[in-house]
Amino acid sequence: MRFFFLAISLVFANLTNAFEVEERAFFGNQTGKSKLSIISTADIKYFAPMIELFLERYPNYGIDYSVVSSTDVMKVMYSKKTSYDLIISSAMDLQVKLANDGFAKTYKPNIDITIPSWSIWNNMIFGFTQEPAAIVISKTAFKHDHFPRTRQELINKLRENPDRFKRRMGTYDLRRSGLGYLFATQDARATETYWRLTEVMGQLETNLYCCSSNMIEDVVSGEIDIAYNVLGSYANNHPLSDKYVVIYPSDMTTVMSRSMILPTSSGNERSAKLFIDHVLETVFVSSTQRTMYNLSLSTYEENSLNRIKLGPGLMVFLDQFKKQKFLAEWENAILQTEKR
Amino acid sequence: MRFLLVEDNISLAKVVVDRLSLDGHVIDHAKDIATANEYTATTEYDLILLDIMLPDGDGRDFLTTRRSKNYKTPIIVLTARSEVSDKVSLLDLGADDYMTKPIDFSELEARCRAVLRRKGDSVQTNISHGNVSFDPVAATLSVGKEHVTLRTRELRLLELLISSPGQVFSKSKLVDRLFSYDQSVTENAIEVYIARLRRHLVGADISITTIRGMGYKLEKSIIL
Amino acid sequence: MKKPIVKGSIKRRLSALLTIVAAIIAIFLYFLIQSVSRQIAQSSQDNILLASATSIIDSSRFNKGELSIDLPYSSLSMLDTVTDERVFYSIKLDNKFLSGYKFLPKADAFETNNIAYLSGNFLEQNVRVVTVKRFFSISGQPVALEVSVAQTLNGLTKTLANTSRASLVVGVTFFIIAAVLSFILARSAVNPLARLTRSISKRGPKDLRPLATSVPTEMVPLVSSLNSLMLRLEKSLTRSEDFITEAAHRVRTPLTVVRAQAEIILRHLDKPKNRKHIKEIIRAIDESSRAAGQLLDHAMVTFRADNLVLEKVNMNQLISDTVERLQPVADLRDISLQYQFFCQANVVGDTILLQNALYNIIDNAIKYSPVDSTVHTTMLSSKKTYIEIKVNDTGSGFTLDEPSRLIERFKRGENVEGIIGSGLGLTIVHEVIQAHKGKLEIENLVGGGACVSFFLPSH
Repeated sequence: MRFFFLAISLVFANLTNAFEVEERAFFGNQTGKSKLSIISTADIKYFAPMIELFLERYPNYGIDYSVVSSTDVMKVMYSKKTSYDLIISSAMDLQVKLANDGFAKTYKPNIDITIPSWSIWNNMIFGFTQEPAAIVISKTAFKHDHFPRTRQELINKLRENPDRFKRRMGTYDLRRSGLGYLFATQDARATETYWRLTEVMGQLETNLYCCSSNMIEDVVSGEIDIAYNVLGSYANNHPLSDKYVVIYPSDMTTVMSRSMILPTSSGNERSAKLFIDHVLETVFVSSTQRTMYNLSLSTYEENSLNRIKLGPGLMVFLDQFKKQKFLAEWENAILQTEKR
Repeated sequence: MRFLLVEDNISLAKVVVDRLSLDGHVIDHAKDIATANEYTATTEYDLILLDIMLPDGDGRDFLTTRRSKNYKTPIIVLTARSEVSDKVSLLDLGADDYMTKPIDFSELEARCRAVLRRKGDSVQTNISHGNVSFDPVAATLSVGKEHVTLRTRELRLLELLISSPGQVFSKSKLVDRLFSYDQSVTENAIEVYIARLRRHLVGADISITTIRGMGYKLEKSIIL
Repeated sequence: MKKPIVKGSIKRRLSALLTIVAAIIAIFLYFLIQSVSRQIAQSSQDNILLASATSIIDSSRFNKGELSIDLPYSSLSMLDTVTDERVFYSIKLDNKFLSGYKFLPKADAFETNNIAYLSGNFLEQNVRVVTVKRFFSISGQPVALEVSVAQTLNGLTKTLANTSRASLVVGVTFFIIAAVLSFILARSAVNPLARLTRSISKRGPKDLRPLATSVPTEMVPLVSSLNSLMLRLEKSLTRSEDFITEAAHRVRTPLTVVRAQAEIILRHLDKPKNRKHIKEIIRAIDESSRAAGQLLDHAMVTFRADNLVLEKVNMNQLISDTVERLQPVADLRDISLQYQFFCQANVVGDTILLQNALYNIIDNAIKYSPVDSTVHTTMLSSKKTYIEIKVNDTGSGFTLDEPSRLIERFKRGENVEGIIGSGLGLTIVHEVIQAHKGKLEIENLVGGGACVSFFLPSH
C-alpha cells in the first residue's frame, strides 16, 4: 500500500512538476555542509571540467548538477517549488526575462580582474562564454564540392541538389528549444536570407531537434549531413569532430553568451557566489578555459559577428504577440509536408 | 665798564641803567635793534645786554647777525625764558650767557665778570699802584713777586674799596654789596674778609684802614 | 594712555556677513543645480520612455477587428543603452490586458496629448512609467489602446548622484572662493583706515597739520572732524604757549623794575631799621619771582612731558654745561661746584627738560649749602641699562619723613628757614624724570647733607 502511494505520489509529483531532468550528476563531497545545486542547460561533459576545477579549489564542496532544457528552467523557476542555488543557461532571452521578472539576486563579483562589460547585466546575469552558432556539415556530404560559407551559398547548394539533401538536414525545433528560438530570431533580425533558408529547409523536410548534441550525434552517425544553427562549441569539442566541418557563416554568425544567475530563492547564497567568482576568474584569466569557451574569436571578422547583447531587447521576441506570430510563420515555412 | 643795554621796556631800561650806574658803570640804552646797530657801529662796548623780545625783531636775529659778522663784543641775553618751544639754545646762537628776569644784579655782575674773563684780554681793567697790580677780571692780585688769585668775595671787596680810594665804606654797605639778600649775615663776616685781604696786602703799596665806628677805606701809599 | 574700548571688528563683521551671504548663495546654488539637473534627467528619461511607448503603439495594426502588435526590437533595447535597466511594458485594449506585465501600474494623469507619467513601484523596484493612449475606431466603435512602458531608475540615480556631487563641488568651490574674496574685500575695505592710522602715527608729537592722505567718501567726516580737532588743539596749544610766554614776560619785567628800584633805595639808606625793611622787600620780590619762575617752569614741563622732543642727549656735556652756567651763582656764595664722570653716557630725551631738571637740582643744592662748601655731581652707569646722576651737598639735609613728600607740590621741608623757595623745585624735577621713564631718589647723607639722585635709561 505504501509503495502504491509512493508510486502515485511520484507520478503526481512528476506531473505537477512537469519538467524533465535530462541528466543529473553529483560531484565532490555530498555529505558535508558545503553544498551547491545547479540547474543548467549545458551537458555534463561540457561543464564537468569547470566543476572539477572548482572542487580542486574548494575540496569540501558537494555539487548537485541537473541538466534540463531552457524552457524547463523557466518552468522550474516560475513554479517556485524547487529551489536551486545557481542557474546556468544558454537561452539569453530567457535569462533576461528571469532577471527582469525579479528572480535574480544582484551580486558584484568579488574578484580582482576586470570583467568585460558585455559579460554582466545589471549585476544579475553573468555571461562567461562566447559561443557561435555554426553550420556543421559532414565531410562525406561535400567530398568534392566546395563547402558553403554563407547562408546564400547554402541556399544555392540546397536548391541545386534538392534530392541529395531531402531529409538529410537538421535544425532546432523552436517550439522546444529556447536557444533554438533565440538563434532563429537573431537570424531573422540580422539577415535577409533566414526566411528563404527556412523555406528551403521546409521544402527539404528538415528534421527538428531539441538540442545541439543530438544534431551533432546524427551528423557523426550519418543520419543527417547538415546541421544548421548548431552550437559551435559543442561541435568543436566532440571527440569525433574530424568527421565534419564546422562553418561559421561569413555573412553573419550569431554568437551567444552562456550565463549564470543567482536565484533569489537560493538557500546557499555564499556557495553560489563562490562558484560565480570561480567561473569568472577561470574564464577571464586562464587561456585554456578561454579557448574552451571560445572567448576569443579573433580569427573571425568582427563585422560578421552578431554578438547577442544581454538586455531587455531580448524580451521583445518573448512578447506573446511577437512570439505567436514568429512561430506561426516559422511553422508555416518549416513544416510543409503533412509531418506536422 | 661800558655797557650797551638793548631793551624796549622804558621803565625797565631806566632802572637797569640807574642800578648799574650805582656801581660806577657807563651804560648806553638802545630801544630797538636799529638803534643798537647804530650805536655799535660807532662805539666800542665792553658788554652788550640784549633783550630777546624787541619791537623790530627777535633779539636772536641780532645775535646771529653779529656773530656772522664776527663781532667780538660779549653779549648777555636777558630773557623771560619761558619760551616753551625753545629748541636752539641761545648759547648756540652766539650769546655768551643769558639771564632770566628779574635780574639779580649781583649775579649779573658775576656773570659779566665770568664772560669777560673768558673773552680774554680785550678789556683793560688792570689797576696798578706801586708794587701792586690788581686785575679784577682775572681776579689776580700781585704784590711784588707774590701772585694770588682772589676768591669771589675778596675780589669784590677789594674791587669796591679800590674803586674809590679814600672813601669810607660802612660795614652795612659792604654787607649789601657782598652778600645776597636772602643770606642772614652779620657785619662781623666783613671783618673776616678784610682780614684776609690785609694778609694778602702785606708789604703792598696799598692798605686797608679801619675807621672806628664808621667803616673801612683803602689808602694808597705815596710812592717816591 | 587709556586704551580705547574695543567692541567688535569691522573686518570681522564684514567678512562674517559676506561669508554668510556666500554660504547662503552656495546652498541655494546647490539646490538650484540639483533641482534643475533632476528635472533635466527626469525629462530625458521620460523622453526615451515616450519614444519606446510610441514605437510600440506605432507598431499596432488592426486586422479584421483583431489587434496585432509587432514590438520593435529597439523599443525595449533603447531603454538599456547607457546603464543596465530592468524594463517592463504593458499593452491594454480598453483596459483589457493583452501582453506584457499584467500588474504594471499605469499612469493616468493624462494631459492633452494622451501621455502620462508616473513614478511608482513594481516588483520591489522604483520605476518610472509612461502611459500612452491612442484611440482607434473598429467597425464604428471607438477603442482605446494603452501602452505603458516602465524602467528602473539605475541610470537616473547614477546621473543624480553625479550631478549631486557636481553641484556639491560647485557649491563648495563657490563658497571657498567667495569666502576668500570676502576676507580680501573686508581687509581692503578697512585699508583706508589702516593707511590713515599709519600716516597719523608717523607724525611727530607736535605735528598738528591737517591730514593730507586721500580717503574714501565715507571717511571724509572722520578726517574733517579730526582736522578740526587738531586745529582747535593747535590753537589751544599756541594759546597756552603764548599765554605762558606772555605771562612770564608780564610778571618778570615789572618784578625786575621793582627789584632794581629797591636795590637803588637800599644804597641810599643808612638807618639799619630802614635797611632791614628794604631787604625784606627785596627778599619778598625774590620769592615771588622765584615762585613765578617755577610755576612757569612747572607749566612748561607738564606741557612738554606729553610731547617729549626726543633726541640723543650727551649727558656728560649736559652736566658740564649746567655746572658752568651755575658757576657764577655758586661763586656768589663761595660754593665750589665739582663734577665727576665714571662713564660716558647718552640718553634719549628732551634736552630742555633734562637741563631744567638738573639745573633745578644743583641750584637747590647751592641754595641749601653753607658758605664755602662744595656741591658734588657724579655720573655713573648702573647695570649698563641705566645711568645714575647724584648731586651731593653739605647742607642741613632733609628731615627724615620728608623725602617722598617733597615731591608733592608746594611742599617745603622743615629746615628751610630763611631760604627762598617755592616748593616746586623737586616737583618739576620729578615730573621730568618720570616723563623720561626714570626714577628719582632723595635721601640724607651720613654725616650731614643731602643727596638727590636720579636714574635714566641709557641709550
